[in-house]
Formats: sequence, C-alpha cells, structure tokens
Amino acid sequence: MPQKLWKALSGILVPLAAIAFWQLLSSKGWVNATILPSPMQVLTRWWAYLRPLDPFDPAQGPYWRWLLSGELPQDAMGSLYRVLVGFFIGAGLALPLGLAMGYSKLVNGLFNPLIQVLRPIPPIAYIPLSILWFGLGNPPAIFLISIGAFFPVLMNTVTGVQNVDSIYLRVGRNLGAGRFTQFTRIILPAATPYIFTGARIGMGTAFIVVIVSEMIAVNNGLGYRILEAREYLWSDKIIAGMFTIGLLGLAIDTVMSRLSARLLRWHRGLEQS
Amino acid sequence: MGVPNGSSHISIRGVQKVFRTGGQEVAALKDIDLEIAPGEFVCLLGPSGCGKSTLLNAVAGFSLPTGGTIDILGAPVTEPGPDRGMVFQEYALFPWMTVEQNIAFGLQIKGQPKAAIREKVDQLLTLLHLHDFRKRHPKDLSGGMRQRVAIARVLALDSPIMLMDEPFGALDALTRRNLQDEVLRLWMELKKTILFVTHSIEESLYLADRTVVMTYRPGTVKRDLRITLPRPRDVASAEFNALKKELSQLLMEEQTRHNQDEFRGAAVD
Repeated sequence: MPQKLWKALSGILVPLAAIAFWQLLSSKGWVNATILPSPMQVLTRWWAYLRPLDPFDPAQGPYWRWLLSGELPQDAMGSLYRVLVGFFIGAGLALPLGLAMGYSKLVNGLFNPLIQVLRPIPPIAYIPLSILWFGLGNPPAIFLISIGAFFPVLMNTVTGVQNVDSIYLRVGRNLGAGRFTQFTRIILPAATPYIFTGARIGMGTAFIVVIVSEMIAVNNGLGYRILEAREYLWSDKIIAGMFTIGLLGLAIDTVMSRLSARLLRWHRGLEQS
Repeated sequence: MGVPNGSSHISIRGVQKVFRTGGQEVAALKDIDLEIAPGEFVCLLGPSGCGKSTLLNAVAGFSLPTGGTIDILGAPVTEPGPDRGMVFQEYALFPWMTVEQNIAFGLQIKGQPKAAIREKVDQLLTLLHLHDFRKRHPKDLSGGMRQRVAIARVLALDSPIMLMDEPFGALDALTRRNLQDEVLRLWMELKKTILFVTHSIEESLYLADRTVVMTYRPGTVKRDLRITLPRPRDVASAEFNALKKELSQLLMEEQTRHNQDEFRGAAVD
C-alpha cells in the first residue's frame, strides 16, 4: 500500500516542490512580479484566458460552442488547425516520396543529394521566403509547418523501407508474390513502425514550428498570444500561454503514441504497451 | 501436375556454384548430381560451409547455380515459385499478419475465391492443431508454434515439393522431436516430395528415405545413403546406431577439413 501511494505521489512531488519554491520567491518579494508573477497570479490569469467572455445565450448557439468561445480555446483550435493541415500536407508529400526513395535506388540517387542539402535548414530559416511567397495569414504558417513535418516523415520512411528484412521478401517471392503484392502487403506493413515514428517526430516538429510561425504571420493562436502578451508586459499571461502549449503538445504526443501502439500491436518493440 | 510417372520431381545435374568475393573465387558447389523421385524424403547433411543451404537456395530459385541445371517437375528453375514452398529456420512469418492471415497469404496471391481460402485455412489449422491460435500474431507464439504456422503456410500452396532449411534448428529437443513426427505424419498423409537440410545426423536418420552427405568446400556428394529402417524409427535400436556411427565417421572427416581450413585462414590473417 505505501508503495502504491508512493508511486502515485512520486510523479507530482517535483512539480509541487517547484511551484512551492516559485511561490516562495514571489511571496518574499525576492523577484519583481512583472518579471516573475506568482503561481496564483498565473492561475487566475489562466482562468480568465480560458473562460468564455460573454454569458451563455442559447440564441447564439449550442452550449459546447459557448464553452469554447474563450480566448484560449479559440487560440488552441487555431494552432491545432494549422498543425493538422501543415502536418498532413508535409507528411502526405513525404510518404510517397519516401516509399519511392526507399524502394528504388534510382529514385534515391536522384533525390537524395537535394534532400540532404535541404534537410539541415531549420524551418525557421524559411520565414522570410514564406512571407515573400505567401504573404501573411495561414498560408505561410502552414508552409513552414509542412516543411517541419516533411523531413522526419521522409527520412524515417526511407529507412523503414530500406530496412525491411530481406527474408520477408524471399518468402514473398517463394509464395509467388509479384512486385505490386510485395510492395503493398510486405514492404509497406514492414515499414510502418518506422513511418509511425517519423509521423510522431514530424508532429512534434510541426507543433514547435506552429508557435514560431504564429509569432510572425498571423494574429491568433497560442504563439501569437504570448508574443502579444509581451507587448503589454503581461508576464502572467505569457506563462499561462506557455503552459497551455506544453499541455497541448503533451496531449498530441500521447494521442500519437497511443494510436501507433494500437495499430502496431503485432510489433515486438511494443509488447509492453 | 503433369509429371510423367516415375520421372524425378527434382533433378539436379552437374550443378556448380562459384561465389566471387573481393576478387577471390570460392567454389561452393561442384558437380552435384541428384535425382529426387516423387514422394521421396531426402535430407542434405553436412558440416557448416558444405553448401547444403546453397544447394537448397538454388533449388528454391533464390540464387541460381553458375553451372549445370536444376529441373523441377520437368521444367528448369529460373526464379522462386509456389511449386516449391520453403520453410525457413527463422520461421519468417509476417509479424503484422495473424496466424490465419499468414496461412491465407499464398492463396490470396493465387487469386483464389474467399470462400475457398477460408475452407483451406480452416483445414490447415485443424491439420496442424493451430485452431486456438488463429487470431494471434506470431510474436505471441512459441518457436514450435511459429514453425507449425510456417509449415501450414507452405502446405496451403498445395505444391508437390516442400523445401526445408534447418527448420527445427532453433527449437528445444522435445519440441523438435514433436515437429519431426508431425512432418513425417504430414509427409505420409499428403505424399509430398521433401528436400530437408540439416546438420543433425540423428534428425536425418529419423526422417529421411535418403541422406545425402556433402563434403566441405567445394560441396560435392560424398555419400548418398538409402535408409530402409521401418518407421516409426527407434533411435535406440542397434541398426539406427550403426548407421549413426557410419554417418558420424563421414561427417567427422569433413569437419576435420573444415577445421584445418579455418586454422589455415587464421594463420594467413
């Protein structure tokens, strides 16, 4: 029993200590409240940021829509929308190219030099071009996010296809599988653990890039909001926004890893989950 | 299939295999002649490096010989095919497919109707005592069970010939004997022609109609021994052990050549 209790408590011990220390700093007046507001102040601001601005009015729409009418939910949905659209464009382009590059030495030879030069360029370095090409608003943001998602998915897909155990291909040929069947029923499923890893990393990158892109091109979203709060020196709102980003990122990653664990139940590496 | 009665199922004539590695030529197989009749159970026996797996891979069509010809059911081998299903030592089940999906895969490739596939898979699950495991993935099966699935996957092809590459090498002794009996039962029931690679003398004597002992590099046929002991064979009988002794002698000679080769190699390096 004490062990169970310890297990439940151990996860929140360090966060609690950190918050207590933070509170101490504020209550003792060791740091200026503008530079580091107290936890309570952040929490209050967070709630103000989260809750609906107007009272519920049935004429305006359903209850759930009212619940999400606060500034924070609107920002989070804006960010999430950009992440998803950007991710699906980036991953959607990377997947077929990665499959072709992994499968064919010719395609790999043609594309790999260009890919290797472009890959180390951080998506942030595309900011000037993205504004030049797409102006302001969602298009440049989505462009940057899709670049962020593109390379992890591409590289992992290539590796996944290249690392398909040759014995599976031999069995396939032995059973009489043609090239198309080999590809769709053997190579593709055998590469999925790598592809899913790539998707998870790509999603993480997309989430980082969305915050940055919102700081330059759009006027809503979590990234925009914390930059806006800086203009007014609302450090409590900056911190509330940052925690929101952290929690949303964690939620996305959890969903991704649950999803891949579910779809890859056959895979050895995931036996425990 | 349209094979004239009495002719060979597998016909190996003057087969050579030369590997080129780093400018050096290594003769893996030399002048191999073997005729395997329909329904015959033949074991290829030899020390590691004797080319028994190379020969099996040549018959399977994975790696064609550099000289000579191999005919399967009267037609020369040019590529792998479902008329020669192969069982591998490492099982090689598709981990993303369930037991029944693995078994059905070859039939789906053949384009058989769904109902026929279901019926055939059912039949094989029963035949190999796999019914309770049909929805499982390979990772949830023991080694013995996995090899049963691999055998069922090959049997689904209804091919007259079955190739087995040290299929029980990774299994414990009891499971191994169990599966050997299973293979014998299936062989008698289904009248397959089996070419079986092993390095175990006892396994070859327990299973085969003929044991072909191969020499160490280059692989040639050292001895083609017909085993006439009645089945089920008693591994403790005097006749069995006399044969075992005879084969041990032959194998030891090749093992010695293998060892000398390795020591020489070590000295040169």
